[in-house]
Amino acid sequence: MSATQTVGTESGRSVSAPVNYLNHDKSIKGWLYTVDHKRIGLMYLATVSIAFLVAGLLALAVRTELFSQGRTIMDADTYNQFFSLHGIMMVFLFIIPSIPAALGNFVMPIQIGAKDVAFPRLNLASYYIFVIGGVLAVTGILVGQIDTGWTFYTPYSSRLGAPVLFLTSAVFIAGFSSILTGLNFIVTIHKMRAPGLTWNRLPLFVWSIYATSIVQVLATPVIGITMVLLFMEKALQIGIFDPALGGDPVLFQHFFWFYSHPAVYIMILPAFGIISDLIGTFSRHEVQGYKFVALSSVAIAFLGFLVWGHHMFVSGQSVVSSIIFSLLTYLIGIPTGVKVLNWVGTMYKGSISLQTPMLYALSFLILFTIGGLTGVMLGVLSVDVHLHDTYFVVAHFHYVMMGGTVIAALGGLHYWWPKMTGKMYNETNGRIAAVLIFIGFNVTFFTQFIMGSKGMPRRYYDYLPEFEIYHMISTIGSFLLAIGLFMAAGGLIASFWRGKKATSNPWKSLTLEWTHTTSPPDPHNFHHTPIVTRGPYDYHLAPEIFGEPGGDGAVVSAQPDTDPVQQ
Amino acid sequence: MSEAVATAEQIHGHDDHPAHLQHHFVTSDQQFEASKMGMWLFLITEILLFSGMFVAYTVYRVWHPEVFQGVSSLLDWRLGGLNTIVLLASSFTVAMSIHFAQKNNQKGLVINLVITLLCACIFLVVKYFEYTGKFSHGIFPGIAYHPHGDYAVYDIPYAGQFFSIYYIMTGIHGFHVLVGIGVFIWITIRAIKGDFTSAYYTPVELTGLYWHLVDIIWIFLFPLLYLI
Repeated sequence: MSATQTVGTESGRSVSAPVNYLNHDKSIKGWLYTVDHKRIGLMYLATVSIAFLVAGLLALAVRTELFSQGRTIMDADTYNQFFSLHGIMMVFLFIIPSIPAALGNFVMPIQIGAKDVAFPRLNLASYYIFVIGGVLAVTGILVGQIDTGWTFYTPYSSRLGAPVLFLTSAVFIAGFSSILTGLNFIVTIHKMRAPGLTWNRLPLFVWSIYATSIVQVLATPVIGITMVLLFMEKALQIGIFDPALGGDPVLFQHFFWFYSHPAVYIMILPAFGIISDLIGTFSRHEVQGYKFVALSSVAIAFLGFLVWGHHMFVSGQSVVSSIIFSLLTYLIGIPTGVKVLNWVGTMYKGSISLQTPMLYALSFLILFTIGGLTGVMLGVLSVDVHLHDTYFVVAHFHYVMMGGTVIAALGGLHYWWPKMTGKMYNETNGRIAAVLIFIGFNVTFFTQFIMGSKGMPRRYYDYLPEFEIYHMISTIGSFLLAIGLFMAAGGLIASFWRGKKATSNPWKSLTLEWTHTTSPPDPHNFHHTPIVTRGPYDYHLAPEIFGEPGGDGAVVSAQPDTDPVQQ
Repeated sequence: MSEAVATAEQIHGHDDHPAHLQHHFVTSDQQFEASKMGMWLFLITEILLFSGMFVAYTVYRVWHPEVFQGVSSLLDWRLGGLNTIVLLASSFTVAMSIHFAQKNNQKGLVINLVITLLCACIFLVVKYFEYTGKFSHGIFPGIAYHPHGDYAVYDIPYAGQFFSIYYIMTGIHGFHVLVGIGVFIWITIRAIKGDFTSAYYTPVELTGLYWHLVDIIWIFLFPLLYLI
């Protein structure tokens, strides 16, 4: 059925292609000056993809260097710069804006039935501010050596030369972009929802974007002022952070982690939202414990502000505060566990179809569970003292950030790709890539848990002979992972030329972006403001509405005169 | 279909919109509420931005209370007090300008905006004299802190930290005043052109909110730096 549909549309519609957000104004200006959230989302997607590519290649270079003992391909100074740049670019230029600014910008306004975000021009401004931040960061990298790691710990960072000035300005400016996007999204979700779309009917992706935005708005200003102070420390030697000038480096660590711990929730919370959408859709089952899943995001956003001290157990902060921070860290496990249990419960007795996005969702469940549980282990004060600054921490961080956020972002990208581009990617290629990424990831990072627990310190250029075998396995895994990622990217890009035309609802999802817009959507999203009368995952109603799984229900099985999409 | 996902019957009209209403909002009220909420969120981020500096102030004050007490006497409370009065007055006039906008009183709106703008300028002029006065005695932030002449007795450890914090806090606050001046110039020009009526005065209201925040932050800076 879907095949004939596609042939029909290919020959029928290409003659008089319907107006959509991609083809209504093809000029360069139409993109650069656009205030359309969908185009801005795509611009973010392109930009963060470039950052991901560059930072990923840096990671490969780092892994290649570590393949064997001693010098393999680069000297120690270059190595230090490479892992620093990998961290800085991945964190500030890729992960933080990846899901909220790229996918969130594209999807969230449509999911709530709005024509655009509340402040479209501010949205465009955020994008350009982000680009300026990125350019400054790259300039800093080109003018000199940055080998501070992504954490910029003082006094080392404040004694480095000019590049620190560039990078602190870059982080400060990119932070503004993050704040303005978060602010824009909070107002949009509060004020722009379609009639009938109550808080209890919001798709869980919107809930997670909402929680993320709160963290962005509340945490980012603090890294802003920290960067200002670090800038001044270097420029005027004001003596706030450098002990040689009478300052206190631990104060910097407090400031830094007050932002950077909540920032890991900026990175992971939107991933939770994607996974909720994916698991609901591809299990064709109502997301179990909807309210718990929704509010646990908000709980994590709140608790995330109270645990920054667990990064500083060995910094010399008082034992009492370390114990309190350790206890608070355990608490984060509760809302996170609530989510994982509900996702598994959603699949129970669901009708699961293992399409590419669902494969990513399942990978996420496994990898994130490992990452989350090792996070609790690291939160245990006595254990952390031993594991601090080892590869165990590196592995944990990558399990949640790469295995969590990046995997979820890939799942979301595949899921919304037909909506964004109007093209279907090659499903077989997508599935193989997803499996390859899963295997490559585990080979790379699970070995790092093992060598970390055996005492391999992080960030070191060289290591003892007994670690060599682990480093070799890890490096081989990283190349597998890279092949998987390139395959996934290739499959998506190839769809522009080879992909079948996507119907408006290829996954038979029930959220507004699928049921009420064409693929790709109209420049104004909707021809009519939708009125919502049910929840986002009412898949128990779905057979009556959309027919059996497998076809494009919204176009094919609904009566033509009531179908909103084709009007 | 219809019982699950109904579709709005009416197509969005683009003809009967007031000029200020952007296309993606349904009503003026929605647009006003959204803008106001956005501004409040922005003010929260401003408070958090300053909070970092208040924390730094608190930490160093707790560690070196006698130094902070001693060198804070170098700041002239009369000039600080004058600036406090100027800012409080400007907060009053900006509130009045919103009031006059709501009442459609064009003249009252413009006059109050101009007075606010003048107050902001006075504040910066006073600040300029304070800063240059300090610089002439060698009172600089951080490592450059080397008071000379009559002030040489104040050349003690950690006094530089106090002035680092003083210059950064008042400097960033002063930057906010400068931004405020820019915005007030823009708002005043629009007010003179007659852009604002009781039906649409969102920019005036939002600028007013921003200005109150700038004022409030000074209310905290003044006693912490000058008085105690």
